[in-house]
Amino acid sequence: MDLAQITYLVVGCSFALYIVIAIWARADSTQEFYVAGGGINPVANGMATAADWMSAASFISMAGLIGMSYNGYGGSVFLMGWTGGYVILAMLVAPYLRKYGKFTVPEFIGDRYYSDAARVVAVLCLVLCSVTYVIGQMKGIGVAFSRFLETDYETGLYTGMVIVFFYAVLGGMKGITYTQIAQYVVLITAYTVPAIFISLQLTGNPIPQLGLGSTLQGGDTYLLDKLDQILLDTGFKEYTTTLRYSTLNMVAFTASLMIGTAGLPHVIIRFFTVPKASDARRSAGWALVFIAILYTTAPAVAAMARLNIMQTIEPAPNAPMTIADRPEWFKTWEQTGLLAIEDKNGDGKLQYRANPTENELVTLDNDILVLANPEIARLPNWVIALVAAGGLAAALSTAAGLLLAISSAISHDLLKRTFMPSISERGELNASRGAMALAVFGAGYLGLNPPGFAAGTVALAFGLAASSIFPALVMGIFSTRITREGAIAGMLCGLGVTLFYVFQHKGIMFVSDWRYLTDWGERWFFGIEPNAFGCVGALVNFSVAYLVSRITQAPPDPIQRLVEEIRLP
Amino acid sequence: MTPLTPAQRAAYWQRNRNLMMKLMVIWFLVSFIFGILLVDQLNLIRWGGYKLGFWFAQQGSIYVFIALIFYYVRAMRKLDKEFGLDAE
Repeated sequence: MDLAQITYLVVGCSFALYIVIAIWARADSTQEFYVAGGGINPVANGMATAADWMSAASFISMAGLIGMSYNGYGGSVFLMGWTGGYVILAMLVAPYLRKYGKFTVPEFIGDRYYSDAARVVAVLCLVLCSVTYVIGQMKGIGVAFSRFLETDYETGLYTGMVIVFFYAVLGGMKGITYTQIAQYVVLITAYTVPAIFISLQLTGNPIPQLGLGSTLQGGDTYLLDKLDQILLDTGFKEYTTTLRYSTLNMVAFTASLMIGTAGLPHVIIRFFTVPKASDARRSAGWALVFIAILYTTAPAVAAMARLNIMQTIEPAPNAPMTIADRPEWFKTWEQTGLLAIEDKNGDGKLQYRANPTENELVTLDNDILVLANPEIARLPNWVIALVAAGGLAAALSTAAGLLLAISSAISHDLLKRTFMPSISERGELNASRGAMALAVFGAGYLGLNPPGFAAGTVALAFGLAASSIFPALVMGIFSTRITREGAIAGMLCGLGVTLFYVFQHKGIMFVSDWRYLTDWGERWFFGIEPNAFGCVGALVNFSVAYLVSRITQAPPDPIQRLVEEIRLP
Repeated sequence: MTPLTPAQRAAYWQRNRNLMMKLMVIWFLVSFIFGILLVDQLNLIRWGGYKLGFWFAQQGSIYVFIALIFYYVRAMRKLDKEFGLDAE
């Protein structure tokens, strides 16, 4: 069998599995549709949460970001940020919202702040951040299909939509939970198998986390020292120490990703599916265990693949490879445009240098690191097929979780709780299916016609979750004194400040022509890049909410009792 | 389960908050302090092929995060039992 056939087979089998699960796990009530009946085992939910959380970006892009753009140490912001958020989630958010025992995040905000306006503001924040996020997943599905299965982008996207439609509309949270568990198994296998092979090849140690700290095969040079040396020799900066802009920027970036993680609605609602508050804590712990398997492997993949690439291009110092003899994978990925070379000095050799005027590897996309990793390390074809199935599993599972968050906010918070309180259980279930179908088509449409802001999804989604939703939740739990007016003002100010800053630098909705106040230039507030600004927005939110609450009338007694009630298990 | 008196509720919440505070200090220490602010100093120490600061930033902090959550789960289970809140 050739590579294409094996890939079709592996991807086809994984899809068949998701469909079988969808048919088996249909939802028959709104309780099942929104929170899978509330009876999911905490360990199983931890696994589903891990798949829900790890998106196409974690699977395909993160190792490349760490290894290439962020040059090693700088990429630590993703590793600490996207895992440290779970500590906050487990202690400050998940158990209390589970105790409250309702279906959605805006529902809690609306009830705690005794206000439909707060509920609608929360729905707005949720839809904004989930929609930007889901576009990235839809694009990931299309790209994975077109690269691995050689279909065109549209066919790939339609196939993905049909699969998601099937289990999300039929099964709601129940169907999504069980498919996510299967998807986790697929994606973690696909991520770790190539990593184990490469770690073995380079260091002789099969555990990538240990291999990263080991010596290279047949010598006593440590892998990281060797990588540092090669990078310095070719004019790059040292791998293990290079900051992302500045220390303060790294602190802000890490903090923004942490609190953004703890405020993302599609992650929080996963904890509504376990039986009780103590299970929510345990489930967050397991989720982090399952996530950490990938997140501690990723830095090893990053460093090892970077070393492999550097050594392929320049096997010995100042003896670069001849361009005509370049390996097959070079040519394959040149066709996709992710890789491009240009023999600037006409010597027939490939010089890969930090200096842009000498550098002849003119394009090297971050995603190459994971996508081409098996080929670079000359692994068998079935491993490449597995990577394709894993990338698709990561994108599909996150897309489904986001779509559920969007559709339940529409059918439950807007319809049932705000505009049509008299709707029946059956009616609401049908409405939630309809909202889900609409959300799938909407996301598909945006995936086909990606707007200018698709590139900025991470910045926007995390910025919004950190600056609007997270502070409202935490203050709602930890203070009885925060009022309706305070919360709404806080959310709007946090959101406003973050959007203002991000859009000033990147353009409104990331359309670069729509930049404003351009004569301000690229002047960063204390050197904090726009992607890292969510934590500043959160500080604004906290301060405004506190001040406004001090001058407005205290929340009514039933609300204060509600807050005290959710603090008990 | 007998309902708690207001004083017991306050005590329960106080104990929970103290516990969280302690664990959040460790959380802050391993990520922001060890992984970012003191990284240069820690990098002078080697751990096999790893510089220690780099290790905290890319590996160690994550392992500590996991340990923190499971410690919190266990401590809260004990606290719930002490206040008779575990039976359901």
